[in-house]
Amino acid sequence: MAAVTEAPPLAPVPEKKPPRKRGRWTPYLLLLPGLLWLIVFFALPMIYQASTSVQTGSLEEGYKVTWHFATYWDALSEYWPQFLRSILYAGAATILCLLLGYPLAYLIAFRAGRWRNLIMILVIAPFFTSFLIRTLAWKTILADSGPVVGALNSLHILDLTNALGWTSGDRVLATPLAVVCGLTYNFLPFMILPLYTSLERIDGRLHEAAGDLYAKPFTTFRKVTFPLSMPGVVSGTLLTFIPAAGDYVNAELLGSTDTRMIGNVIQTQFLRILDYPTAAALSFILMAAILLMVTLYIRRAGTEDLV
Amino acid sequence: MPFVNWLKRHLVVIAGLITLGYLLLPNVVVTVFSFNKPKGRFNYEWQQFSTDAWKDPCGVADMCGSLSISLQIAFWATVGATVLGTMIAFALVRYRFRARGSVNSLIFLPMAMPEVVMAASLLTLFLNLGAQLGFWTILIAHIMFCLSFVVVAVKARVMSMDPRLEQAAQDLYAGPVQTFLRVTLPIAAPGIAAGALLSFALSFDDFIITNFNAGSTVTFPMFVWGSAQRGTPVQINVIGTAMFLVAVLLVLSSMIISNRRNRQKA
Amino acid sequence: MKTTDSSGDVRLSGIGKTYGSFTAVHPLDLTVPQGSFFALLGASGCGKTTTLRMIAGLEEPTSGTVFLGDQEVTHLPPYKRPVNTVFQSYALFPHLDIFENVAFGLRRRGIKSVKKQVEDMLELVQLGEQARKKPHQLSGGQQQRVAVARALINHPKVLLLDEPLGALDLKLRRQMQLELKRIQTEVGITFIHVTHDQEEAMTMADTVAVMNAGRVEQLGSPTDLYENPNTTFVANFLGTSNLIEAEVDTKSGDDIVLKAGGGKLVLPESRCSAPTTTGGKVLVGVRPEKISLTHADDAGEISEGRNRITGKIADSSFIGVSTQYVIDSPVCPEFEVYAQNIDRDARLVPGAEVVLHWNPAHTFGLDAAQDIDAGVAEVEEDAA
Repeated sequence: MAAVTEAPPLAPVPEKKPPRKRGRWTPYLLLLPGLLWLIVFFALPMIYQASTSVQTGSLEEGYKVTWHFATYWDALSEYWPQFLRSILYAGAATILCLLLGYPLAYLIAFRAGRWRNLIMILVIAPFFTSFLIRTLAWKTILADSGPVVGALNSLHILDLTNALGWTSGDRVLATPLAVVCGLTYNFLPFMILPLYTSLERIDGRLHEAAGDLYAKPFTTFRKVTFPLSMPGVVSGTLLTFIPAAGDYVNAELLGSTDTRMIGNVIQTQFLRILDYPTAAALSFILMAAILLMVTLYIRRAGTEDLV
Repeated sequence: MPFVNWLKRHLVVIAGLITLGYLLLPNVVVTVFSFNKPKGRFNYEWQQFSTDAWKDPCGVADMCGSLSISLQIAFWATVGATVLGTMIAFALVRYRFRARGSVNSLIFLPMAMPEVVMAASLLTLFLNLGAQLGFWTILIAHIMFCLSFVVVAVKARVMSMDPRLEQAAQDLYAGPVQTFLRVTLPIAAPGIAAGALLSFALSFDDFIITNFNAGSTVTFPMFVWGSAQRGTPVQINVIGTAMFLVAVLLVLSSMIISNRRNRQKA
Repeated sequence: MKTTDSSGDVRLSGIGKTYGSFTAVHPLDLTVPQGSFFALLGASGCGKTTTLRMIAGLEEPTSGTVFLGDQEVTHLPPYKRPVNTVFQSYALFPHLDIFENVAFGLRRRGIKSVKKQVEDMLELVQLGEQARKKPHQLSGGQQQRVAVARALINHPKVLLLDEPLGALDLKLRRQMQLELKRIQTEVGITFIHVTHDQEEAMTMADTVAVMNAGRVEQLGSPTDLYENPNTTFVANFLGTSNLIEAEVDTKSGDDIVLKAGGGKLVLPESRCSAPTTTGGKVLVGVRPEKISLTHADDAGEISEGRNRITGKIADSSFIGVSTQYVIDSPVCPEFEVYAQNIDRDARLVPGAEVVLHWNPAHTFGLDAAQDIDAGVAEVEEDAA
């Protein structure tokens, strides 16, 4: 369109009445109260915690910032097994959630038909019963004399898990298996919901198109459905792994002293032993570790804008 | 091999239903054991059928008191988080301003942070400020972690809203306030309601952050936690079952009503 | 129903809009008289919608003023202007039923008894039965009529329509074009209609302004624009034009004689919008349906005084009422000719040598210093 030559720059037109700047301050006024809340009660506490972690002193005499970084070293060398355990348990629970949650999310998205809403309600409804009550129910389900242990025993599965160190004796309760089972159970909905959201957006005709182009059902899943559901997989794994890594409820209710996770340690240090610097340092390390892992994971998985 | 073929075709359905069973099993146990009459202090083994607990749900010392505290906190946390979160969501969707990126991360971070970290750091703050731990510190904490979830829920709804609707309202003689009240708010309402519902559920069920910042105040989850050490009364199961049933009934009836309304109009 | 009352005139003087360094609308002057059906026609991104939104008050002009009758409204917010809009894809309020959608404007102006008015208006657009349905329960055409009713019930001085038929299928669009035209004649309100569809603009409007890259290229009645395009953009955007580069040879009386290829073409001076000096370049245009096609063997039968060009048929497609030919000629590689299917000459098949000839009165002349293909791409894009 060479015919359209550029117009000379507009001379500024003097205005009798300058146009109103509509709502210039509105966004800041809208943001202010909520952000202030988050700054004071989320960001500021992080700073306080960082400062507490490098303080020394005692409860009686008070604490002072002495830049005592040795606290970090001491905390790590004493509690690295719990850190490692937290990451292992949370990782195992996340993988289990993905394996268990994907079929259900797929079922709701593509196969449920008129049952879709009902199944959706059944996935969400357990939320309304306090999760502590539901976690306690696992004590009954996995009880030593219960049907689950009996069945696993007679199928000799317990022998296998014993050999792997997942269970010990003829018990499931108070073993790593019980803790991972509880973590998986508690965070499964956080995997299912984002998976469902991203699966539901997939046009059903894509399956037909893939089938039309000589893809067998499993190939269709591998090459079309799964890649398209990646945003759900990414946010689902994050929403499962993060809270699971910091959890101490399942380890406390379903585990034993041998299954203590880092959350248990932080809780005990803070609320019972009252060793604030060590507790703050542990909490800070946990936060840093999780942020690091999440950043690396998101960068690899390549999904931005999770908010 | 018709059976193998059938199995192949329905493999996803079967696997999905197994997961659903896994999700619902504890609720079944909770319900069944609300009719138990345990021998000792703990309600983990089936003894005999009884409706005692259902007849006297508040028969355990302090339990209904803690329930009431939890409901109050959940209510006010929902109000606070919904108002603040909705304002942020509108600002994020509707306006261009500096520091958008930092605002977004400040909202994202509380959701990406293990609860125990938030709980511990908030306690550090309160201890440093010498704040009295109790109802108010719990409420402050709950508004803080519910806020982000409200922002996400409302933002999604407002983003999918056609900006021409508000222009149409203005074109039809509605001033800014009228436009907001008559058009924007009603259309954003489902998102706001979803955020509020989520806040209520999160706040009511929160244990970890509450446990750190509660002082001597006992919420319902804290009562349950304590009873896991001291002895679990059957009434806990009664409350759990009742909440489950009320939630399912509410959702089902609202679905039936909206279905019927749609059918009448169509 | 035209009146001499000027209270419904829309006068734009020097209004322009820039976004940062991008100029959406160059300062333009435009007067739309009361009671007329005015169309702003152009491809997407040409500034037509921005112009409309500045009249509605949804966009503030960077420069210039907007007058409605004698009232300056440049800086009035939309809810204080006696102007209503039918939005693209309608923007019906999804949470209100049809009745409340239509009553919205009346209620906002504090009118208490709206029932009678709303019912009458719904009758006008033949939707009386649907009053209590929600927008999503109506078909596209019905939603479109609700949008019109919702705007018209306020008796605006001007009704603005932003691509109002864009979301409808072709058949319904034709039907709604006539319907809107009928409503406009009935209520006598000024309509300003934004569209990218040239047929729509020509069918409905009594005045069309063709916009391109933020400027009005040409303004006039549909016939005027089609028969006497002033720019290559208008010539190509409205219908199809064959444009030939030619050189001014001599002037004889009211006619200009031009050299193109080896032959001579005659152009009435009054139909040339470009300066003509001997030896200067001019683009000669002729519409495809004005041209007659004769087989080279019968060239002797063509009457004297007609413009003629020789060529070879490259392609022909039969489309019922007419046959469209593409002719490869020395002066223009793709000359288009539409021939009515009255007496078909069986010899006119691809490869045949032919003579194209037309009445010189149908020739128009354009400034050669323009892009010869301006406006062509948009038409193809639109058809896709």
